[in-house]
Order: sequence, then structure tokens, then C-alpha cells
Amino acid sequence: MSLMFLSGPLDLGCRQTRAGRRGELLKASRIFLLLVLVLALPSSWAKEAAPVAEDPEIERRMIHLSEDLRCLVCQNESLAGSRADFANDLRREIREQMRANKSDKEIIDFLVARYGDFVLYRPPVKSTTLFLWFGPFIFLAIGAVLLVVYLKRRRRQIEDPVLSEHQREQAEALLKEGKGNNA
Amino acid sequence: MMRFLLPLVAFIVLVAFLLIGLGLNPRQVPSPLIGKPAPEFQLEQLHESEKTLTSKDNLGKVWLLNVWASWCVSCREEHPLLVELAKSGIVPVYGLNYKDERDLALQWLRQFGDPYTVSIRDPEGRTGIDYGVYGVPETYVIDKNGVIRYKQIGPVTVEALETKILPLVRELQG
Repeated sequence: MSLMFLSGPLDLGCRQTRAGRRGELLKASRIFLLLVLVLALPSSWAKEAAPVAEDPEIERRMIHLSEDLRCLVCQNESLAGSRADFANDLRREIREQMRANKSDKEIIDFLVARYGDFVLYRPPVKSTTLFLWFGPFIFLAIGAVLLVVYLKRRRRQIEDPVLSEHQREQAEALLKEGKGNNA
Repeated sequence: MMRFLLPLVAFIVLVAFLLIGLGLNPRQVPSPLIGKPAPEFQLEQLHESEKTLTSKDNLGKVWLLNVWASWCVSCREEHPLLVELAKSGIVPVYGLNYKDERDLALQWLRQFGDPYTVSIRDPEGRTGIDYGVYGVPETYVIDKNGVIRYKQIGPVTVEALETKILPLVRELQG
């Protein structure tokens, strides 16, 4: 909006020589309008935007990491998205560790040591989670085998029907009749 | 016959799994700290803030660490039990005042009774993170070697006290 408005007076400036007095009047009224609008802006706009975090790079890394972490208070929320006080504390902890040059893996190990694998949305592959990871594929394989067996059995059950001479004549008669009706 | 039996059996198995799932409490996240040394801390005491308590001060005895806060409603629920336990003298209970204000905490203890041998303060919840605290109250049983042996998530109940905590404490006290 504001850009459109600003382009008005500038535009007018170029055309002024030809448009003469009328143009000048228009220009004055537009500048007046612009002034009114600028003065009407809430004074808070003049302030600099408050920084989202002290270090946007760390903030980006922190959010990226905590999107894969579970907030233990509201268990269906990620640590990045949760507004729980507890999530806030953990985000602060992650930020501090990042500032201390800890790697993502070190931070995740830190959290897992305290809260267990439950804090991870992607559980690690280990003996207790093998079924979790590969169970669906086992079920898929079982389903595929059952499907193949079923289809083969079904194919055997299908027989081409053998029509007697009489039946064939009847069928042809019906087909002809159908054509006749359509026409 | 098999046509109906097989889906029926599969259905019953599924229902059984779902029923078991319904009975589980998703808040009971097993702590990975069981059997591990209790994380070290050095925290200021609630009553005498110039004094501190460290995790090593309690080596050689079995003790309970109860995490509580004056803003925590379930803490009121378990508090009478803790007061009673402290009176019995079976096992010392230490309080970790979690993310609280000193005045409010002291007032709360005056109001509901103070079962704690010593109370320590963790106003920013940092020691809480080390102990894997994600809600209050939580209670830890720590043995003579400073190893965490049990974690009660949520309020201590009569049942938990009688079936788990006290038998374990007696066993650890030897």
C-alpha cells in the first residue's frame, strides 16, 4: 500500500513541467496527505525491531534441532513449538550449549542422558526398537504374500464359460434386439 | 470357518493391544538415570541462603530427594505423607525447591509443614534438568553410594510408599 502511495508524488514530479499548475496543486495535496499519514503512524514503529535472539544463527540451529525433540510436558508438541515453561528452559539450555560450541550430537546426547530416548521424535535403531522400525515392513511383506496367494487361488477358480449352440443364439438375439432399440 | 476365525483372532489380538495401551500412563517416562550416579549439584539452602548443600554431603546414607514448588498443586496432595514419613524418621527427605521464589516457598512450608531435613533451591531449574525433572512433584531414592535407585513421577502415594519406596529404602539401608 505505502509503496503505491509513494510512487504517486514521484511520478508527478516528472510530469510537472507539462501538467502545469494543476499538477503542482495535486503534488502539494499529495505531499500533505503523505505528511498526515506519516505523522499518524504509531510512534512505536519508529523503534528498531527487538532482536528475536541475540544470535540468529544459534536461534536457527536451536529451532532446527528442537523440532525433532519432544516436549515432555505436552507430549505431542515439539520442543520448538511448545509454550510450556519446561520447553522454554530446555531451549535456553540448548542455546547455551550451542554458544559453548557443543555439536548437535553432544546436545542430543545430553538430553537423552537425562530424559531418555522418549525425548527424541526419531527413536534410534537398537534392539528394543527393531520391531518399531521394521515391523511395518514385516506386515507389508506378509500382506504382499497373502495377496499373491489369494490372487493365484482366484485365478484357478475362474473358468471360461462354455456356451451351447442354443445359448449363443439367444445371446445374439439379445444383442441384436439391443441394437434395434438403440436405433 | 477359517474365513471368519482368522479375522476374528486378528481383531481380538488388536483389541488386546489397544486395551494394554489404554492402561499405560504416557506421563510415566522411564528415567534413564536409574542405576546411575545422582547428578552433582551445589545449591543454596532455602532457609539459610548463605549455606549450600552438595550432592556429596549425603554419601553414606539412603535419602529421598523430593522436587517441589509452592505453585505446584499436586505437591499439596503428597505433602502430608512426606511430613508423616519425616516424622517416622525412617529415611531423611531432602527438598529441591524447583523454579520457585524464596518467600513463597518459605511461606508454603510454614503453612503445610516442613518435612525436609534440608531444602535447597533451584530457581532456574538447572539442577532439575540434570535430574531429568519435567514436572513437579518428583521424588528420587538415592542410595549410600549416591546412585539413583528409583524415581517417583508425580505425587508420592500411600501405595507407592508402601509397595515401592519403603521396601527399597529398607533394602538399601541393609
